[in-house]
Amino acid sequence: MPAAPEAGIRFEEVSVAYGRRGEHIALDSFSLTVEPGEVMALLGPSGSGKTTALRTVAGFVRPVSGRVMLGGRDVTGLPPYKRGIGMVVQQYALFPHMKVAENVAFGLRAQKVPRAEIPGRVAEALEMTGMAAYAHRHPRELSGGQQQRVAIARALAIRPGVLLLDEPLSALDARLRSGMLTELARLHRELPHVTILYVTHDQVEALTLADRIAVMDQARLRDCGTPQQLYRRPRTAFTASFVGTANLLPVTVSGDGVRFAGRTLTVPVDGVAEGATATLCIRPHLVGLGESPAKDGNTLRGTITEVQWRGATHRLQADVDGHRVLADLRELRHTPALGDEVTLHFAPEDGVLIPAGIGADAGGADGTGADKAGRDVVAAGGSRDGGRDGRR
Amino acid sequence: MLVHSKAARRAVHSVFFLLFVPVFALPLLVIVAASFATNWSGALPSGATLTHYQDIVRGDSLDALVTSVLTALAASTAALTAGTWAALAAEKLGPRTRRVLDALFLLPVAVPSVVVGLSLLVAFSRPPFLLNGTPQIVITAHTVLVTAFAYQSVTAALARLDPAYEQSAAGLGARPAYVLWRVKLPLLLPSLTAAIGLCFALSMGELSATMMLYPPDWMPLPVQIFAATDRGSLFAGAALAVVLMATTLLVLLAVSRIRTRATYR
Repeated sequence: MPAAPEAGIRFEEVSVAYGRRGEHIALDSFSLTVEPGEVMALLGPSGSGKTTALRTVAGFVRPVSGRVMLGGRDVTGLPPYKRGIGMVVQQYALFPHMKVAENVAFGLRAQKVPRAEIPGRVAEALEMTGMAAYAHRHPRELSGGQQQRVAIARALAIRPGVLLLDEPLSALDARLRSGMLTELARLHRELPHVTILYVTHDQVEALTLADRIAVMDQARLRDCGTPQQLYRRPRTAFTASFVGTANLLPVTVSGDGVRFAGRTLTVPVDGVAEGATATLCIRPHLVGLGESPAKDGNTLRGTITEVQWRGATHRLQADVDGHRVLADLRELRHTPALGDEVTLHFAPEDGVLIPAGIGADAGGADGTGADKAGRDVVAAGGSRDGGRDGRR
Repeated sequence: MLVHSKAARRAVHSVFFLLFVPVFALPLLVIVAASFATNWSGALPSGATLTHYQDIVRGDSLDALVTSVLTALAASTAALTAGTWAALAAEKLGPRTRRVLDALFLLPVAVPSVVVGLSLLVAFSRPPFLLNGTPQIVITAHTVLVTAFAYQSVTAALARLDPAYEQSAAGLGARPAYVLWRVKLPLLLPSLTAAIGLCFALSMGELSATMMLYPPDWMPLPVQIFAATDRGSLFAGAALAVVLMATTLLVLLAVSRIRTRATYR
């Protein structure tokens, strides 16, 4: 497929408000730059404004202030049909009265592409998504996964510089989703010039596909960085709990380490002021059971409150001085019982200190975070706890 | 409703027939029976005859039937066009303006049709809008009366239409007119055919406003039925009514046969 004009996306202080007096703010001075050819994931819980941000790029939502730039061009006031953007939505929205080939040809016909060119481009787009054999079916005759492929083919047929994906996999079941994830990654390798804005609330999708992730919450951008940055060195407690699972402990900086519940833990302090309160983030898969094998390791003592067997791993949940600490361990031979006193340890370099003040809501350690599969799961192919995770 | 036990199902069926037969089926059967009779003094009609139907074929009743069909076709087409257009436009309005428009379109239904007829008579009896005495005034009256139904069914269908279709089409570079023609109208087609059928049937049966407006050379069938029964020819009127019913039914069947691909959704 020949290259489309390279186009990045830039949000400049974009705000969106709904309601008669604009009392409901859906997007609050949102600024973000997506480089041409980059895959940017907008990750956040529902109602965080991520879909609104995407819809301002598509042109379905008009910002009350700020500008949306597409390939260096201000498109804020441009109607959707003049933007030349491919878009795929959660429910596919294939036209039910048209066959697959007609669906894919729709954008080309609408844009008055020369008639002779259309069949070739339709075939090409269907070929890319592996749907060539279904060209003469109606959408209702296809499965959800196939419909999603057609929707992607339809969006790609117009050779957009920017592709918007709005929760494209969330209507599919877990197995199909992981397959489509691989497909999307392959498509992007084949179309490296296409800028992709990918809205999702599923961190696995974001971590797998994105070059960078923008974490959103409550209509605002909370954090932005590469998946590795966000996972290894989260700058806010919200990021730590939303991207991967995290143990978040309230600590006070003291000397070369921090004080937590009357004991001193050695972690990199990184210039956080002495005596300041902060949140210590430790990923559950970096927590070990028993005394630390290394001299400088940190230990925590707690009571087991929950043991979950997840096939290849055990997840232990312990109560450490009133705080919940999760540990993901390779399948244990001898699992501790509920109520057992245990010692947990983690290496100093595995603790990440999040200064208070940035995203002060440190309450994400449980609930939302604990249910999400962590980075370790992704590394193992994403299927390890597919059955138990029960996403949606 | 799911009824599982056999006895309950029988009970539901008998209640249905008890209500349906006397209220809906019997009156129609009575009309059909009467149309073939010369006399009805006992429990059943007597003096079976085809005279009434022969009279219809010979007399000016066929003209009245053609008049009715033409009026209904014109009125329902105009109503569907106006109603659809208004419903599409109303979609883009603010909620308050929209409520006003909804109320305006409801008005001809809320106002007695005699009043609608009278108002048209008063309004169009003088130049420059001199329609009094022309077929157009009858068609206009019917259009005014049935547009409300077209507007309402198209509005309801639009509300059910997933905006994702329109947005996806626009995102693919389709201008609003193209989206309307290639996506929205095809998806609305089942509702549009249903609406035009309803409008046609209502127009075929309209009497009260027509009575006030019809010129001598444009007398729809319901007026003739009324005239026949008014002068005591009940059985001739019944035959005319059967013809009216059958024609309306045939047209509705034809409309419902318009196969729409969108119905396969």
